[in-house]
Amino acid sequence: MRITFPHMGNTYVAVKAMFEDLGHEVVVPPKCSKRTLEIGTKYSPETICLPLKINIGNYIESIEKGAETILITGSCGPCRFGYYSVIQKEILKDLGYDVEIIVFDPPDGKPLELAKRIMKAAGTKNVFKIVRSFQKGRKVLEEVDNLVDLSNTKRAYANNPFEIDSIMNGFYENIEKVHGVTETMKLIKDTKSKLRRIKVNKNKKIVKIGIVGEIYTVIEPFVNLEIEKKLGHMGVLVDKSLTPTKWVNHNLIYGPLGLSEEKKVWKAAKPYLSTLVGGHGRETVGSAVLYAKENYDGIIQLLPFTCMPEIVAESILPTVQKDYNIPILTLIVDELTGEAGYLTRLEAFVDLLRKRREEKVNEGILSGS
Amino acid sequence: MACKLGIPQGLLFYDYYPLWKEFFKELGVEVVLSSKTNKEILDKGVSACVDEACLPVKVFHGHVEDLKDKVDYIFIPKFISIRKREFICPKFLGLPEMIKNSIKDLPPIIDTEINLRKSNYKLMKAIFETGRHFTYNFFKINSAYKKAFKYYTDYKRLITKGVIPMEAIRVYSKCINNVENRNDNSLRIMVSGHPYNIYDEYLSMRLIKKLKKDNINVITPEMIKEDKINYYASKLPKRMFWSFGRKIVGSAFSVMEEQKVDGIIYVSSFGCGLDSILIDLVQRKAKALKVPFTLLTVDEHTGEAGINTRIEAFTDMIKWRVKNENNIPTHG
Repeated sequence: MRITFPHMGNTYVAVKAMFEDLGHEVVVPPKCSKRTLEIGTKYSPETICLPLKINIGNYIESIEKGAETILITGSCGPCRFGYYSVIQKEILKDLGYDVEIIVFDPPDGKPLELAKRIMKAAGTKNVFKIVRSFQKGRKVLEEVDNLVDLSNTKRAYANNPFEIDSIMNGFYENIEKVHGVTETMKLIKDTKSKLRRIKVNKNKKIVKIGIVGEIYTVIEPFVNLEIEKKLGHMGVLVDKSLTPTKWVNHNLIYGPLGLSEEKKVWKAAKPYLSTLVGGHGRETVGSAVLYAKENYDGIIQLLPFTCMPEIVAESILPTVQKDYNIPILTLIVDELTGEAGYLTRLEAFVDLLRKRREEKVNEGILSGS
Repeated sequence: MACKLGIPQGLLFYDYYPLWKEFFKELGVEVVLSSKTNKEILDKGVSACVDEACLPVKVFHGHVEDLKDKVDYIFIPKFISIRKREFICPKFLGLPEMIKNSIKDLPPIIDTEINLRKSNYKLMKAIFETGRHFTYNFFKINSAYKKAFKYYTDYKRLITKGVIPMEAIRVYSKCINNVENRNDNSLRIMVSGHPYNIYDEYLSMRLIKKLKKDNINVITPEMIKEDKINYYASKLPKRMFWSFGRKIVGSAFSVMEEQKVDGIIYVSSFGCGLDSILIDLVQRKAKALKVPFTLLTVDEHTGEAGINTRIEAFTDMIKWRVKNENNIPTHG
């Protein structure tokens, strides 16, 4: 069983290691590229959101590399992500690809079905083994997220941000060569220590930006045109409201037990949006409020074109912006987004934030405090 | 004293207006409707709403703008779910919030939350919450709801008999039993899509009227019986978790499988999230069963002439198809 799965930021590192430990051959889809998007756009419904198009591109490129089984997750609404699996199956069937698709839907009244599918994907009925490898996978995911966070912080403060880029590029190249959890963990550890050795300028004046929005757009660097890297080079410290680790913790571990951290976010969103709107609409509003309270300089909202929950959030954010006096920039991406225009908007936004910060400092000097 | 309550003529208006109207009438509230959708309302809505929203949501903003200076309250219920384990479109879930944050100087908004995802008992709670703005007498609210619901059932029954909801809204309170006789020989076309797109005469450019003028029988998703919709929707590989989606897909599948239509016209608004999935499902089925299918996408720039041409071409094509169906030469 040669397994593949769609890309979503760095999740592939953990999923790859986990299934390799379970003894499967894993076909990692080629890194998302213009070609991925082109294939996806060609075969997907016209007005569907961007993630589905890229998923389709990923599958087809993986199948070309020899994948036989596709693993995907699902949901039960109200966001249209819940119906991805059905549409994707139909598209692949129409194209004549003979692949098996295993969907991990939430139980929705049939808990046995989900268990059966997990066992099928894992290739073992040993529950103990499955749980253990899941825990290991989660650990890898957490470490990769930490690594990316570290690289973002370092990039903002580094004397030469390109050093960070070259270390991270090396990491992504090597990840293809390692096998299983142990080797992956070692690689992450090595990369971390390399990053720590980079010289930084602690006195550099940086601005802090929080990124909120639709999870796929926030996490997948190809879709958001490597926003973290771009901002890092401008001397911006970036924090993302959503990471794969947070998603796993919320949806698979603490969420069902009612202990999730998201509750804090929901509480922050309450004055503006009291109920769920699907996707991460409520989390977007809540995280924006939290960033504002933590004295961030600005917030960027990212969403794919026609994303329903984020449109609701988008119309609420101006009120947050006014109430907390914090600039919020909304960037919408789709297959036609041009990099130059995108970069100009980011630069203008960062310039604005710097100016605001200087003014704040000057005010302080003038008033003698 | 008669309180004035405004109901915007958009979105769920087409599904529930008779229920809302009779309910508030029983409570002694004067119901004021916004004007029918027109250019002015559309323009107001487009400038008030965020750019990315779909056309019906923008138009709804326009209707609220139209109402806001004329009434004491505006009724924008927050529909989350109207059936167990199902949802309405995400944009409806946050509709009251979108309106409050996009339009200034609003009168108080009644945004009762209707969430029957887990249990039906919340319906009564929502009814009392709505009624409490006008009276504290629970018995009065209860009886008002019961009366209104009776009217609503009449209205629903009229629609299943083949009356277009816009006409049914006018006549449901008068008991008419002999619905216009349909000409069984003429073409039958299903106009599918969200009720707020197909019944809004401005958005759909009077599509239904145009078809009727051409002596075509129009079938809409609302006319198909609930049990049929559920039966055909349950054939989907995955449970449909949108109530609108279940209705649209179930009704389209049922008329296609039972060969009750000669073609389907799907009216969609640009950027509709649900439609991107639903169209794909319906279109695939239509292709498999060889039912003619056409898609009309509307947004604020759509021109009527282009739509007319497409409708004419589609109906002409079906007419030829029906006429020539039995004239296939034996040698292929």
